[in-house]
Amino acid sequence: MNILAAVGIEVPFTLPIVDYNAIAPLLILLGAGVVSVLVEAMLPRGSRRFIQLFIVFGALVAALAWIFTITGVRVITAEGAIAIDGPALVMQGAILVLAILGALLMAERSIDPSGDAFAARASALPGSEDEKQFTARGYLQTEVWPLFLFAVSGMVLFVSANDLLLMFVALEVMSLPLYLLAGMARRRRLLSQEAALKYFLLGAFSSAFFIYGVALVYGYAASTQLPAIASVLTAKPGQTSLALIGMALILVGLLFKVAAVPFHQWTPDVYQGAPTAVTGFMAATVKIAAFGALMRVLYVAFGGMRWDWVPMMWIIAILTMLVGSIIAISQSDIKRMLAYSSIAQAGFILVGVIAASPAGLAGALFYLIAYGFTTIGAFAVISMVRDESGEATNLSKWAGLGRKSPFVGSVFALFMLALAGIPLTSGFIGKFSVFAAAIASGDTWLVIVAVVASIIAAFFYVRVIVVMFFTEPGPQTASVEVPSVFTTIALAAGATVTLVLGILPQPVLELVSNADLFIR
Amino acid sequence: MNVYTPILVLGILAFAFAVFSVAAATFTGPKRYNRAKYDAYECGIEPTPQPVGGGRFPVKYYLTAMLFIVFDIEIVFLYPWAVAFDRLAIFGLIEMLVFIITVLVVYAYVWRRRGLEWD
Repeated sequence: MNILAAVGIEVPFTLPIVDYNAIAPLLILLGAGVVSVLVEAMLPRGSRRFIQLFIVFGALVAALAWIFTITGVRVITAEGAIAIDGPALVMQGAILVLAILGALLMAERSIDPSGDAFAARASALPGSEDEKQFTARGYLQTEVWPLFLFAVSGMVLFVSANDLLLMFVALEVMSLPLYLLAGMARRRRLLSQEAALKYFLLGAFSSAFFIYGVALVYGYAASTQLPAIASVLTAKPGQTSLALIGMALILVGLLFKVAAVPFHQWTPDVYQGAPTAVTGFMAATVKIAAFGALMRVLYVAFGGMRWDWVPMMWIIAILTMLVGSIIAISQSDIKRMLAYSSIAQAGFILVGVIAASPAGLAGALFYLIAYGFTTIGAFAVISMVRDESGEATNLSKWAGLGRKSPFVGSVFALFMLALAGIPLTSGFIGKFSVFAAAIASGDTWLVIVAVVASIIAAFFYVRVIVVMFFTEPGPQTASVEVPSVFTTIALAAGATVTLVLGILPQPVLELVSNADLFIR
Repeated sequence: MNVYTPILVLGILAFAFAVFSVAAATFTGPKRYNRAKYDAYECGIEPTPQPVGGGRFPVKYYLTAMLFIVFDIEIVFLYPWAVAFDRLAIFGLIEMLVFIITVLVVYAYVWRRRGLEWD
């Protein structure tokens, strides 16, 4: 006999309805993450790598294949907590494909002569006797894989979270492994650990803003579900101060993740300090996940307050584009330069978000996909350009690289042109569709600022090409290591997609416009 | 009175379990004298006098504290289920099993990585 019933308390209870078919990709990834932890715990060191790679790629491909079988699904499930709709499926698919490329970069073991890109034992103090011993023994660890799988699961959940509390959980599941991954670089240990600590402290701080905002919005709407918040906003249009403050705080948390000014300070340090493979993976996928959540919150929950958030987002978008583009000019480290470039790109995508129209959403989705492939390819090249001390990220070492290794130089030039938005590359189509959508929504002045920022940004992208091709290679010019099949595939995929999306964008443009809107 | 019978039974069970545990430990456990065992229990370190420089804690405490929280939270989630397990039916049972197995994976990982050994 039930205890509550025994003392006379009747609690109505209905079983939650969960559409397991629609959330199967997420379940596959989480299950694989758990198995991956067990592999780390139980199997001998030597056999782990093969099995981990099998699990990781198996899970990513299986989840991706499942998404292809549910492309028509538009459903809100798990008692309103998860929304599987067109944009969510497109972003989940893009995240999974980019995660496969990121995993390929992380699996590389031919570039670094001492093994892979990850520390022999990340917990050892940098420069200590312990660390030297672990490195001398040639330890190669595979603990990055469970972390990687959990980060990907978090992202896949983040873009489809329809409840602010679940969104917070997804945010943490995505972020915590990334904080750790950022601190695992084999070389420049101090820089890497500094990156991890900064990312963790600032990330935890921004998560606190997010959850405080959720509390205030709950105080206003008495619900954390996005459609319920929207319906309360239409029912009580007069008294929105709590909702306004709450929305602003939630946006702080989300804009931190997309690296928008003034919440961008962590980006250059983390991009520089993290292992290059992790930086590439993170730059491409976190951007998609964070923009997905940002757009869902703005459109589904706060669509009725559009005239309150548009001016704020205008200022943030303009600041993000200009600060990112201008500070990137003064960078001498290629990873830091790409970090500021990612800030500027976030500003351009925000232009599409502000348009708040079907065309703006489709443009932003296309831009995110194009940016992801280009970025992951660019970081693949950076991981290959080395000198005797490790990766040569200083721009002075890239002088003449294009003449020394014309093929890799040309591929990197392609990525730079795509990021600058030159026609016949994916970046141009992305910028064009975002800007066109913004003009159609009446944000002409914003687009004018964006075009000016693009021209400024083009300067530092083209400067890299000039440095690579119009300087004689000297003794300090870095050399390009020949990678194994892993990095080669990732690089080839990045370059191909960048080019194909520039010349034949129609299939992907149709895909993102057929994705419909977020369901409520 | 009938309503309070389960609570009474629960109290008797809890008391019996405590008596059994203490008695079993007294009869079966080894008895080795250690002065530290007779000190006031304060999380492993001497509370007074304050060590010079504020005192530095081994990072191992962090691991123990984290583990404690993991299993503490597991119990927190077990309670509501224990109260309403018959209404949650087979769905609740499966969900709880999945939850407990995932926490068990954490336990297996920590155990295999020698997180439970102090030295």
